[in-house]
Amino acid sequence: MTPPGNERVPIQSEDDIVRARRIARTYAQELGIGLTNQTKLVTAVSELARNVYVHGGGGTMQIEIVSNRGNQGIRLTFEDHGPGIPDINLAMQDGYTTGNGLGLGLGGAKRLVHEFEIESWVGRGTRVTIVMWA
Amino acid sequence: MAKGSRLAEILRNYEADLLEDWLREQRASGTLRPELLSETELRAQSREFLNAMQQAAQGGNLTDITTPEWKNTRDLLARISSIRASLGFSPAETATFVMSLKQPLFTRLGKEMDGQNLEGLLGEIWTVTTLLDKLGLYTTEVFIESREQIIARQHEDLIELSTPVIQVWKGILAVPLVGTLDSARTQVVMENLLQEIVNTASDIAIIDITGVPTVDTLVAQHLLKTVAAARLMGADCIISGVRPQIAQTIVQLGAEFTGIRTKATLAGALALALRDLGLTIQ
Amino acid sequence: MDRIPILRMGDLLLVTIQFELHDRLVMAMQDDLMRLIAETGARGVLIDISALDLVDSFTARVIANTAEMARMMDAETVLVGMQPAVAITLVELGLSFHGVYTALNAEKGVQLLKKIRGPLTGESSDDTAGE
Repeated sequence: MTPPGNERVPIQSEDDIVRARRIARTYAQELGIGLTNQTKLVTAVSELARNVYVHGGGGTMQIEIVSNRGNQGIRLTFEDHGPGIPDINLAMQDGYTTGNGLGLGLGGAKRLVHEFEIESWVGRGTRVTIVMWA
Repeated sequence: MAKGSRLAEILRNYEADLLEDWLREQRASGTLRPELLSETELRAQSREFLNAMQQAAQGGNLTDITTPEWKNTRDLLARISSIRASLGFSPAETATFVMSLKQPLFTRLGKEMDGQNLEGLLGEIWTVTTLLDKLGLYTTEVFIESREQIIARQHEDLIELSTPVIQVWKGILAVPLVGTLDSARTQVVMENLLQEIVNTASDIAIIDITGVPTVDTLVAQHLLKTVAAARLMGADCIISGVRPQIAQTIVQLGAEFTGIRTKATLAGALALALRDLGLTIQ
Repeated sequence: MDRIPILRMGDLLLVTIQFELHDRLVMAMQDDLMRLIAETGARGVLIDISALDLVDSFTARVIANTAEMARMMDAETVLVGMQPAVAITLVELGLSFHGVYTALNAEKGVQLLKKIRGPLTGESSDDTAGE
């Protein structure tokens, strides 16, 4: 019943956000990630998937199982082809919002996972990669 | 050098002899620990290894053990290695399992090649010794990984044991923290405490830090987060056992303890908690 | 569209969230709750989230806003049953529910509302104390 190691989930609607959370939860459970870290991971997925949908105009979440010195983890890559983020440092600050009342939640998501990386190209899109170890 | 090696052929033709010679070699090495591993198990493991190695060697690749045809051999070694790690073997004793196969194989190669082709024999010995070295190193690698996992697990168990959550009164929990608080341990304490709050429907939790030698920024922050999480769930925390140095550290660190109730002693915290619940001690 | 059921008990409105939340569903709950407070003159709202294994910043913000709106209409909100893992995650996210009361379970939530609001109708009490 182990899930395939590599899967790409579209994020084009609110329903997709819910689906992305469910899939991430299933993987985290399979890897034996504890309940608290599971909840942190799935919450980060919710924040990042919503960013992709609301700010990036839709995109994808890629799931990979990674391992390091016998320890397994889940790596999720969120990609969109939206407007990009001109000032990443500013966007990472708590409470930063684009004005429609939805904070980007990037800073928060970073605190919820073990590894966090963000790249953005203005006019071309944004890619966020997170890792949670078991 | 691996080209046209006769290893696979020798392994196939002299399987039974090699097994006996190898077992004799292992017994002589003094690394067997019969109190930990029975003769029957050792024999089964050795036979299985010779089989796996023979299958793998048939492919002709005797230099790279990371390829698919060596997968069975690697898996087998990994299994043997982690079993030995948990039984309490040393890394050297574990690696000897593979290394001790050298002598029987070299002897057999010598007999087969009949001394007339010295260069060929040296080539074979070189191939086999490199191969067995790689397999031996692989067992050590797996051994260390297994050990690390065992240590990590024991560490977790220890953390669980060292932070009991006690119900001191109906509606009041207490966690006496003793020893150095690192990030991992505070996280476990926090999770256990919050879960116990739910299980017992307790309104107040006392976190006693009398036994904590020092409080740094990280620990102070963890305490703050625990209190914040408890409040989100509908319970309150009192931190007790705040000694002078700790009070000084917390204030100097600039940690936001405003709004968090602290007491110098556990007794003081208990009295406060009882008062909260509308109880008095006669 | 799906709706989160809201139960009326005297002066109280009881919202029990039992399944995973879509953003639409959260917003619909806010609308329904506001309408019901206006219609019933409810003085207290209990939101039970014990079945939720995830509360993200969007949901948290809507709940906090709902509580604030309810207060402007003279109803206090108590959020009950938050799971430990959810609480830890919200703290890590840096979110707090300012002005939202919390309680461990529905029973304690009702007790708390009584303490804040004084006796609620339907309760057998001749006590008129309140704030």
